[in-house]
Amino acid sequence: MNKVKKTVKVIKIDLEKCNGCRACEVICSAFHAEPKYSTSNPARSRIRLIREPLKDLYLPVYAGEYTPAECMGRNKYIVDGREYEECAFCRASCPSRDAFKEPDSGLPLKCDMCEDDPPQEEPLCVKWCLADALTYEEREEEVEEEVVMEEIETGLKSLVDKYGLEELVDTVARMLQKD
Amino acid sequence: MRYAETGYNLEVDLSRGNIERVETDPRLTELHLGGLGTNAKILWDRVPPEVEPFSPDNLLIFSSGLLGGTPAFGANRTIVSTISPQTLFMAYSMMGGFFAPELKYAGYDKVIIRGKSPKLVYLWINNDKVEIRDATHLQGKGALETAALIQDELNEPNAQVAAIGLAGENRVYFASIEHGRSSASRQGLGAVMGSKGLKAIAVRGTKDINIARPAEFYELCNEVLQYIKFREENPIPGVPTILQGLGSPQEMAIHDEKWHTESFAWGNARHRMKGFWTEEIEDEWLDTQEKAVARLISCYNCPMECGAIINYPALGVSKYMMKCFSKLTYTMAAMTDSLDFGYQIAGRAQEYGVDGFSAPQVMAFAVELKEAGILTDEDFAGCPSDNEGRFFWLLDRIARREGIGDVLANGTYWAAKQIGKGAEEYAHNNIKKHEQVPIKLGMLNPIYYIMYATGEKINITQIEGQFPQAPFPTREAREEFVKDWIQVPDDKFKEYFVNWELRGEYSMPFYPGAEACCEIVDWMERMHHIDDSLGVCAGLSSFPLKPPYHIHNYPKFVSAGAGIDMDEAELTLAAKRNRNLIRAVNIRRGMRRADEKPPENHWRRRFPELEEELLDTYYKFRGWNEEGIPTKETLHELDLAYVSEDFEQRGILKNEQS
Repeated sequence: MNKVKKTVKVIKIDLEKCNGCRACEVICSAFHAEPKYSTSNPARSRIRLIREPLKDLYLPVYAGEYTPAECMGRNKYIVDGREYEECAFCRASCPSRDAFKEPDSGLPLKCDMCEDDPPQEEPLCVKWCLADALTYEEREEEVEEEVVMEEIETGLKSLVDKYGLEELVDTVARMLQKD
Repeated sequence: MRYAETGYNLEVDLSRGNIERVETDPRLTELHLGGLGTNAKILWDRVPPEVEPFSPDNLLIFSSGLLGGTPAFGANRTIVSTISPQTLFMAYSMMGGFFAPELKYAGYDKVIIRGKSPKLVYLWINNDKVEIRDATHLQGKGALETAALIQDELNEPNAQVAAIGLAGENRVYFASIEHGRSSASRQGLGAVMGSKGLKAIAVRGTKDINIARPAEFYELCNEVLQYIKFREENPIPGVPTILQGLGSPQEMAIHDEKWHTESFAWGNARHRMKGFWTEEIEDEWLDTQEKAVARLISCYNCPMECGAIINYPALGVSKYMMKCFSKLTYTMAAMTDSLDFGYQIAGRAQEYGVDGFSAPQVMAFAVELKEAGILTDEDFAGCPSDNEGRFFWLLDRIARREGIGDVLANGTYWAAKQIGKGAEEYAHNNIKKHEQVPIKLGMLNPIYYIMYATGEKINITQIEGQFPQAPFPTREAREEFVKDWIQVPDDKFKEYFVNWELRGEYSMPFYPGAEACCEIVDWMERMHHIDDSLGVCAGLSSFPLKPPYHIHNYPKFVSAGAGIDMDEAELTLAAKRNRNLIRAVNIRRGMRRADEKPPENHWRRRFPELEEELLDTYYKFRGWNEEGIPTKETLHELDLAYVSEDFEQRGILKNEQS
């Protein structure tokens, strides 16, 4: 396989600095609205703040890959005496929980680092985090080339996983007839 | 499509167990914006003056503001309105936190509660699904404890909860509604909630809020963001540390309390303690604060960190959240130099759900009455003798309405009336029966005189702002201050400030003159009224010096956000309309000029003639008659003809044609 240069985009998350304001969620949902900034709804955000003030738990988590099946087991981290909820650090859009799914369709969400044309200086969650709990870094890496699934493919795959291919094809056919 | 607002209210009748989702009239948004403005409209229309605060016919409204839940920074306020059991006027207290945005995401601008449930219940709003649920198992539980229990039993960690504690259930006249680190505390809203048998409201929402002109709105938000950064990096020189930045006074982050401890009054709002802030106290209080504050925390979509998580196991209190001045109100009222005590008792007070200004004042009032022999040993049977122990004991009695606590639970005004024997003299720090911030000063400040006397919120921190509280000592400093004062509605305000001297011809009380005082007050009030209807926190707007929101950018936020095109004049008119409608609700409930008085001892040096002139000028400036009643002409100009008709029918205004 070919080696290609790849920019690795890193958001550093400092849990001690997070003040729990959820500005990251607000602006994420607005940026990914269609048209851009036309709605706000943290339930569509690709970053979720796990926030339990009386346990002093503040954990921003980014949406990662969609997964059709949950893990065989779950894990629970205890860090500095703080017990985080089950699978708290996991980024997957997974059937075990509600996080990282569109509220009405259930389709998976995934952080795209605010890909934009022209590109944003930094992801907007970082820009809106004045507490500096989120900071942004880029670095270059050489990696093997791979084929990346399109967004629509990921969405369709999750629908296939949920309803089966036959049902999905039938539904599409039905919708075509209606048009 | 409706923009910024959802266009729906949730109407809940607790007597009948009926729940309805009701579409609202977009014309009302154009007239009143939302939040406090539309709350006032609903109270005017639906709660006639005969309705008692604890009557099932009184309404309790939880409202978001027009911009609430949009990406506009700090647009998170929940505006709670009802008729106050203490003042018997319209009460509107507000809280920050996360409740109002969540309510909007659930699809509602307001929840309007009427009736009275036969048993204790809570309301669970989960998008379109709304239930009245049994809360008998939550009876007597603390406010924060209740929120946690509800989140657990619903299995909804993301539900936002507003709840009352024992004080609200027992209708303590200064009971608060608590929500995380925030609370709607003033004027007894919690007591009205308790009288309705409503322990809490929990809400979860996952719907969109629409923005009319998205790109433009986003750019406006960015400008505010940049200005907040600029203000963070450029604190204002020449004012006390606590007033240099944005937000509420940053008392969780800053330990320097020289200004509060030496300028504000201790005990029953009696004693100034000049020289209190010694090095020894500073070291001790810094140590306490560092131990107590586990993390600085924010409200929804706001970079300011006005609150804190308090985690101080050594004091024997469980974790809680605190904001602002409640850190000191109990300590100073109890006349102790222990900040530990402040953190201890505030935790318990929050679980009971009481107002952090009134509660300590009421307790200090009780202590004075005991010392004066008006309250007896019998009233205090079982009470410890030390200052701090006494306060804990009194707080428990009040929240439970036990013994003397049952009387004190009605606040200093009503308690003094009940106790008699000269107790009225000790309820000295009230305006319109409501306990004021404990501050006693020397020279009459004419600007503050008008605000204290006429401010419908009856709570100075939610009336003041924008204009410095006192002149800077040198002209150079004043000139420097006005250089980048972009927030002024007009350049004349710069002039008023630049010429303002500490002494001599251009000093208080006769400078800046009655007319200019009215203009300054009008500016401050206007900004608060805009904030309260848009649901934006005063901490980013009307309260601090040089805030990011002001009269020049607010109309753009309304236009781009809600799609209601407004310029400065139109937004100003809407604020004026709201201000007059709130006054109208109170006028109909009997409020008149005689009620508009700051406490007798608020300033040592008083000027009765000047004060009358200030009031006369302000009433005229506002278009009110000599009793402070908006005239027919004023009401007609503000599209409030229905108010003047009602006034005429009731004989409040004379019908000149008949």
